[in-house]
Amino acid sequence: MAHDTTLTPEEASKKQIRTIWKVAGLLAVVTLIEFAIAFSPVNQTLKIFIFVGLTIVKAAYIVGEFMHLRHEVKFLIWSILLPMIFVCWLIVALIVEGGSIH
Amino acid sequence: MASTITADTKINWGGGNEPFKASYGKLMMWFFLLSDAFTFSSLLVSYGLVRFSFPAFSGPGTFEFSHEWWPVPERVFEAFPGMHALGIESAPLVFVGLMTFILIMSSVTMVLAVEAGHRGSKEEVEKWMLWTIIGGLVFLGCQAWEWTHFIVGTEHGLTFQELINGEWVTRTIYGANLVENEYGPQPFADFFFFITGFHGFHVFSGVVINYIIFYNVMLGTYERRGSYEMVEKVGLYWHFVDLVWVFVFTFFYLV
Repeated sequence: MAHDTTLTPEEASKKQIRTIWKVAGLLAVVTLIEFAIAFSPVNQTLKIFIFVGLTIVKAAYIVGEFMHLRHEVKFLIWSILLPMIFVCWLIVALIVEGGSIH
Repeated sequence: MASTITADTKINWGGGNEPFKASYGKLMMWFFLLSDAFTFSSLLVSYGLVRFSFPAFSGPGTFEFSHEWWPVPERVFEAFPGMHALGIESAPLVFVGLMTFILIMSSVTMVLAVEAGHRGSKEEVEKWMLWTIIGGLVFLGCQAWEWTHFIVGTEHGLTFQELINGEWVTRTIYGANLVENEYGPQPFADFFFFITGFHGFHVFSGVVINYIIFYNVMLGTYERRGSYEMVEKVGLYWHFVDLVWVFVFTFFYLV
């Protein structure tokens, strides 16, 4: 009945390996995009926002797929994510604050 | 009713529960990594604050190194081994891009080792662990080269005037250390050594731990144990090191 959704161990393993390479390709592509933006004449503030955004995308894929967090229990996901959300806010807040010190 | 409450209490508070559905070792690795992430964020937060408290170069003319303004990263990190022999003047951020690629690839081989561990395939775990270790060592080698280049400095150096004992003295400095910095304000060099150094030390310990696990895989320790979970735990650490580099790359080399 559920034949097409349940995979044999070999098929599951093949599927996982494919996912791994897909994520690797994605990380490489995002890094190349960052390179392209670094040398393009974009406004500096906008650049920083793009870089931070793309970095969070890369971090999400590394933590979610490579570190398998996406497939863990909801409690574990949130106990790791919640503190990091505050840290991201702190980074942005102090970068803005730094601009006010001279 | 009273009996149901006792039963529920037993289920939730009697122990033997796994609310996180993860083994003790893996869970503690996650919490260690979280605390380690705090340490790295404190470094990056202070870097961000100090970096933006200095003015950026605003002309006129093309960018030059000066103690007055924060350096442009693609002008500082523009060297590649052997580029002068090939007649290339500058290769901005290419070397650090290569380093990023190496570390991401070693993260991929690590996750492939974990995947092979799930299947219990000893040979494949050995193969991918070995590639991961090689990737880590190559990265460390690249960092050693990058540090050397950063410390030695450019050929022309930075010439500036300095007030010593009431007299203006013209001086030229080459490269950067914890006391002097050719590329810009002193905190730039200090943060460079601290942040990439702290990350490099993590890579180094990761390589050592990976090697210990690799050695145990070869001895068949985990095959006898019937589980390759140790590979998973060390994998978590290794991915974290890669993750930190992604942030260092953005904040230090791109922004």
